Amino acid sequence: MAIVDMSAREMAAAVRAGEISAREVVEAHLGEIAAHDHEVSAFLLVLEDEARRRASEIDAAIARGEEVGPLAGVPIAVKDNMALRGVETTCASRILAGWRPPYTATVLERIEAAGAIVIGKTNLDEFAMGSSTENSGFFATRNPVDPSRVPGGSSGGSAAAVAARFAPLALGSDTGGSIRQPASLCGVVGAKPTYGLVSRYGLIAFASSLDQIGPFARSVEDAAALLAVIASQDPKDSTSLAAGFDASEITSGVRGMRIGVVEEMLDGVSPGVSSVLDAAIAALVDAGATVERVSVPAARFGLSAYYLIAPAEASSNLARFDGVRFGLRVEGEDITETYLRTREKGFGAEVKRRIMLGTYALSAGYYDALYGKAQQVRTLIARDFAAAYERFDALISPTSPTVAFRFGERSDPLSMYMSDVCTIPSNLAGHPGMSVPFGAAEDGMPAGVQVFAPALGEGTMFRVAMALEASAAKPAVPVWRSAAAPGGAA
Amino acid sequence: MSSDQISRDETLHIAHLARLAITDEEAAIYASQLSAVLAHARDIGALDIAGVEPTMHAVSMRNVMREDVVEGSLDRDEVLASAPSSEAGMFVVPRIVGED
Repeated sequence: MAIVDMSAREMAAAVRAGEISAREVVEAHLGEIAAHDHEVSAFLLVLEDEARRRASEIDAAIARGEEVGPLAGVPIAVKDNMALRGVETTCASRILAGWRPPYTATVLERIEAAGAIVIGKTNLDEFAMGSSTENSGFFATRNPVDPSRVPGGSSGGSAAAVAARFAPLALGSDTGGSIRQPASLCGVVGAKPTYGLVSRYGLIAFASSLDQIGPFARSVEDAAALLAVIASQDPKDSTSLAAGFDASEITSGVRGMRIGVVEEMLDGVSPGVSSVLDAAIAALVDAGATVERVSVPAARFGLSAYYLIAPAEASSNLARFDGVRFGLRVEGEDITETYLRTREKGFGAEVKRRIMLGTYALSAGYYDALYGKAQQVRTLIARDFAAAYERFDALISPTSPTVAFRFGERSDPLSMYMSDVCTIPSNLAGHPGMSVPFGAAEDGMPAGVQVFAPALGEGTMFRVAMALEASAAKPAVPVWRSAAAPGGAA
Repeated sequence: MSSDQISRDETLHIAHLARLAITDEEAAIYASQLSAVLAHARDIGALDIAGVEPTMHAVSMRNVMREDVVEGSLDRDEVLASAPSSEAGMFVVPRIVGED
């Protein structure tokens, strides 16, 4: 088997056993990137030299008989909103072009301690605001399964990198669906953990009460292996929880488990995606679970609440980009004009839109009617989920109502926002959610099934995901075959 | 809720509050886009939920304290190296107070 076709766990086991070197693993992936990223544009920056150096260090440590960690030699693609000391980190925004952070995100320290290797920084919608990666300040990423379509977003580069076998694992961030929706659109696994399970230190903030880092992988077990490495309390993030994630029990199956299908998330779903969900329900029943419909009434209001809360937090968080301490400065006559010009030039349209929306929602006279009410709705959503979890161990829904759309197809902001309608409620509630690819829908494009669990219910969530993945009834997931690859191109 | 239509002038005002320079033409476009999002949010404006506690944060937690001990911080020179302009250990900004 080619190295790039191996799972992350197989790669690490082979490296640890001395069957292949970390350097060979890195070279194989750098080779794929060099040959094919021009077709996908997943990366903003490929860390060739750093990755090679790190691989050689791991190989030397293995030769000395040292412990090298559970992900030894495994390349990981990292969304470019996570700080890596001394390495350009942009959030795909022109306002941060050239910025080299003086610190490293805790998640990146943890994956490095586990022996993994950051192979590159991936593209995203600017400041993680978007659902297609078209809002990148630099260039759009293409969906590896069909390059005429978007990979989803905002973590589109990370999802595409894993789908295109540029890395077996990637890190993304999910504020309203930015891991799960691109995972669904690219046919890979993506998980948003419980709020607080993974440190946000070094994740450049979009909406602090909703942002959470999580894994992408081509299998549920690989995603679990990465989550196990990054989940832990961090003194540098005061909202991180005293909890971890144990990946050892996720294979115990769903026999006797009660699983609810969220009724509110079935509206507006395409026929193909509906069929994917029906097939997944049948697979879970076949595996011994009971599956019934359940209503989570307030989930209907998730989109509205989110588009008041997230922009409000963003308008505050992005005030720091003012041309003083880092990034772009466009000099004006005085400090106010410098702020105005710097932010005009540095931010793209979607970021400006959200900053203005948030500024409006927080402004005098509208605060109670907009932001305050949205926060009350957040309480209702958490309450309705809690009621559902009295009767069900886990919930499922489509991840996104449609398959990947074509570039430019959703130029109207509201139509773009709709692609996160099923993922947003779990961010508002702080609960975990993940997308598992389950065959193809319209036009042969992949579609995922979303699995939810209560806060810190990752063990249950991954068990359900494993059962879906292991199902004999699981239809084939469309995969990337480069048009340039020998024997490729269906 | 009457707050779901934003005028062009209001958009210009919001942009200035957010320290974003936008043109009149852009303001007209943003006004209609922001109005559309706010019109969608009208569904929660209509909810009668007086008395429901707001959720600021998904995880309820109290103040988190660390031990009161002196620890290292970021390296000053490294931090200043990524600033647009710095001098003598400080960030340099354009004039804030008038000359006279």
